[in-house]
Amino acid sequence: MSDTHAESVAFVRESVIPPAPPPARETGAVRWLRENLFATWFNAILTLVALYVLWVLLSGLVPWVVNGTWQGSSLAECREILQGNGGGCFSVLRERWPQLLFGFQYPDYLRWRPVLAFFLLFVAVPPALFIMFLPRWTLIVTAIYPFLAYWLIWGGTILTPLFAALGFLAGYLAFSIVERRGFVLGLAAGLLAAVAVWWFGGLLAGEFPRFARLEAVVSRAMGGFMLNLILGIVCVSLSLPFGILLALGRQSRLPVVKGFCVVFIEFVRGVPLITLLFVANVVLAFFLPPDANFDLILRVIIMITLFASAYIAEVIRGGLAALPKGQYEAADSLGLDYAQAMRLIILPQALKISIPGIVNVAVGLFKDTTLVSVISMFDLVGMIRGPILASTAWAGIYWELWAAACIMFFTVCYGISQYSQWLERQLHTDHR
Amino acid sequence: MTTLSDPPRADGFRLSLLVRDKRYRSYTFQAIALIALILFFGWLASNAIRNPVLRQAGIDFGFLADPAGYDINQQPIPYTSQSSHLRAAFIGAINTLIVAFLACATATVLGVIAGVLRLSNNWIVRKLMAIYVEMFRNIPVLIWILIIFTISANVFPQPSAFRGDNPEASPIFGVAAITNRGFYLPRPYFTNGIGAVADEVPADAAAPVAQEVASNANWLIVLAVLVTSFFAVRAVNAWATKRQNATGVRPTTLWVNLGLWFVPIVVTLVILGLRWEVPELRGFNFQGGILARNSLIALWFALSVYTGAFIAENVRAGILAISRGQTEAAAALGLRPGRVMSLVVLPQALRIIIPPLISQYLNITKNTSLAIAVGYMDLTGTLGGITLNQTGRALECILLLMAFYLVFSLVISAVMNAYNASVALKER
Repeated sequence: MSDTHAESVAFVRESVIPPAPPPARETGAVRWLRENLFATWFNAILTLVALYVLWVLLSGLVPWVVNGTWQGSSLAECREILQGNGGGCFSVLRERWPQLLFGFQYPDYLRWRPVLAFFLLFVAVPPALFIMFLPRWTLIVTAIYPFLAYWLIWGGTILTPLFAALGFLAGYLAFSIVERRGFVLGLAAGLLAAVAVWWFGGLLAGEFPRFARLEAVVSRAMGGFMLNLILGIVCVSLSLPFGILLALGRQSRLPVVKGFCVVFIEFVRGVPLITLLFVANVVLAFFLPPDANFDLILRVIIMITLFASAYIAEVIRGGLAALPKGQYEAADSLGLDYAQAMRLIILPQALKISIPGIVNVAVGLFKDTTLVSVISMFDLVGMIRGPILASTAWAGIYWELWAAACIMFFTVCYGISQYSQWLERQLHTDHR
Repeated sequence: MTTLSDPPRADGFRLSLLVRDKRYRSYTFQAIALIALILFFGWLASNAIRNPVLRQAGIDFGFLADPAGYDINQQPIPYTSQSSHLRAAFIGAINTLIVAFLACATATVLGVIAGVLRLSNNWIVRKLMAIYVEMFRNIPVLIWILIIFTISANVFPQPSAFRGDNPEASPIFGVAAITNRGFYLPRPYFTNGIGAVADEVPADAAAPVAQEVASNANWLIVLAVLVTSFFAVRAVNAWATKRQNATGVRPTTLWVNLGLWFVPIVVTLVILGLRWEVPELRGFNFQGGILARNSLIALWFALSVYTGAFIAENVRAGILAISRGQTEAAAALGLRPGRVMSLVVLPQALRIIIPPLISQYLNITKNTSLAIAVGYMDLTGTLGGITLNQTGRALECILLLMAFYLVFSLVISAVMNAYNASVALKER
C-alpha cells in the first residue's frame, strides 16, 4: 500500500531529521522549577506562601544565631554586650552547660565518670546495633557495659556490679547445662544459680565496701540530660524482656496467664505516664517493705519500665500475629515444644518484624523521660525550669535554653529513628 | 498385621502426669502462675497494711465531700472555693475533656493538611512539611508545651498595651484581644428564649449590668436545629443518589443543602436573640467575654501541632498504601484529580488511617495530663494536684485519677473501634 503514496503525496522525507535540543523551558533549572515549584497556579501560590514562611523563619533565626554572644556571666552583662542587635545570649549555655548535662548536685570533680561512661557507650552499643558487620564476640563488650556504667556513674565498690554480672553469667551457664533436661528445669536452675551468686556477692560487698572503690554518688544527685539518658536506656533495655513475656502471655492459651497479661497491658496503656509517675512518687512506697530503701529514681525506673513493657508487648504481639500460621504449625510438626518453638522459630521472626515498632516505642519513651520533671526530678527540662530560670543571673532567658534542649533531644531521637530505618532495609531479606 | 501403638490407657492418673502430660500440664502452670500472682499481690498488700502512714489514715473517700478551699481559674460550671473536692475534680474532668476535644479536632485538621502536602508535587512545600513533621516528632511534647507557654506569656502584649489613644496593640476586628494572659473572645448569649439566668451577683462591680439573659439551655435548641438540618441534608442527598441511579443525572443539591444548613439556624438564632458580649478594657484588664487562658492556649496548640505531626505520617502512609493502579484506573475513567482523591483514594485510605488515628486521639487525651506543667486546671491539676496535696489522700486520689483516664480511654477506643468496624472491608 505504501508505494501508492509515492505518487499521491507531494513530498516524502527520506532522511532522518537530526535531533533538536529540547526547548529552553523544558531543560535544566527552568524545567525543574516549572515542574516542582510552578506546575499550576495553585502550586505557584503554595510556593510563594512557603517562601514567605521560610523568609519569616530565617529572618528571625539567622540574626539571632549570627549576632549571638557566648560571653558574659549574667543576662545583664549579656545584654550589654549585645547592644540590642537581636542576637542570642548563648553565654547561658556556656556557663550552665555542666548543669544542663549533669544536674546541679553531681560533684564537679567526679563528672569525668559519667563522661567516660557516655563515651564508652559508643564502644558498647555498636556491637548490638551493627551485629551483622561485627564478629559476635564483640557482644561481650555490650554485655559488660551496663555493669561498668553503673560502677562509673554511681560509684561504690566494684564488687556490687561485678557480682551482679557474675550472677547473670552463673545463671546462664546453669541454664545452658540443665536446659537439655527441660526448659523449665533449666530456667529454675539458672534462677537458683544467679540468686545464689547475688546473695554471696551481697554478703561480700557488705563485708568489703572499700574494695576497688569509687566515691559513691547518691541517686538524688543524678540530673540534667544524663538523667534522661539513664532513664531512657535503662527502662528500654529492661522493658524488652518484660514486653516479650507479656506478649507471649497475651497469646497464651492459658486463661489465667492470658487474663493477667490483658488486664495489665490495657490498664497501663489506658492511663497517662504521669499518673504512673505520681504512683512512683507518692503511692508506691506504701506497697514496698517499710524498711527497704527504694530511692525515687529506682521507683521511677520501675514504673517507667512497667509502662514501656506494656507498649512493647503490643508491638511484639503485632509481630507475632503477623507471622503466617504455617510457621507455628511447622514448628509443631517438627515436634518442638512450646519453649523451643518460640525461641527457635517464632520469636526471631516476630522480633524482626517488630523492630520499627520497638524503636518507635523507644524514641517515645526517651521523650517521655522529660515527664519526671513534673515530680520534681531535675532532668534537662527540670533543670531549665527550676534552677536555671529561677537563678538571679539568668531569669528571663528562654529561647537559648529551649533551643539547646530541642537540639539535644532532636539529635538523639532523629538518630535513633534513622538507624531504625536503615536496619529495616538491612533486615528486608525476604522477597516481597 | 497391625502394629498400632497401644491406645493410651485411661486408667491410673499419676501425679507425674501433671508435669509430663500435655493435657494436664497447662493446669499445673496456671496453678503455679496463680499462686505466684496471689503471693505477689499478698506481699504488696501486707506491706501496705504494715505501712505506718497508711495504717493511721486508712482508705477513705469521705474527703471528696469536704470543701475544697482552693480556686480554679477555668470554671465551665459554677464553682466556688467552698464547693466540694468532688466538684473540683468534676470541673477538672470537664477541663480535661475540653482541651482534649479541641486538640483532637485541630490536630486532625493539621495532620491531614500536612500529610497531603507532604505528598505534594511542590518541592519546597514537601520539604517544609518534612521539616515540620520531623521537628515535632523528635522533640518531647512537654518541651513544646513549655515553649508555646513561654511564647504566649512573654511575646504577646500585656492588656495595658491596648490602652491609650495610640495603643501598641489593638484588638482583632475590635472584638477579640490576644494578650499575655490569654485570648479574650466575645461570648455569645441569648436575650430571648426559655429559662433565665439566676440573678448572680456579678464577680466585680465593673462587670456589665446584668441583663435579661436566657439560660444556656437554649444551646440545646440550637443543637437540635443543627441535628435536624443534618438529617434533612442526608435525606436530600439520598434522594439525589436515587435519582442519579434511575436517570443517570445527579440533580444539583448544593443550593438546597446550603439552605437547609443555614436558613434554620440563622432563623433560630434571630428568634432566640443572639448577642455577643465583647471583651472591653476596664482598668488594668479586659472584662467580659470569654477568656481562654494562655495555659489552655499553650496546651491546646502544642498538643495539636505535636500530634498533628504524627497524624500527618499516618495520613501519608495511608495514601501511599493505595496502589497506583487505583489512581490510574480512576483517571482512565475520566475523573478529575479532585474527584480521584475524594471518590477513590480517600475512602480506601481512610480504612488504613483510622486505627492509628484512634490511638493518636487516645494519646492526646493522655497527654492532656501534662497540663500540670503550665498550670491548666485539668483533672491532674485538681484531683491529682491540689486536692492530693491538701488532703494527703494520695492513694485515693491517684486511684480515682487512673480510673477516670482508664474509663475514658476504654470508652473512646470502644466507640472508635465500632466506627472502624463499620468502615472496614467486609471480608468473609
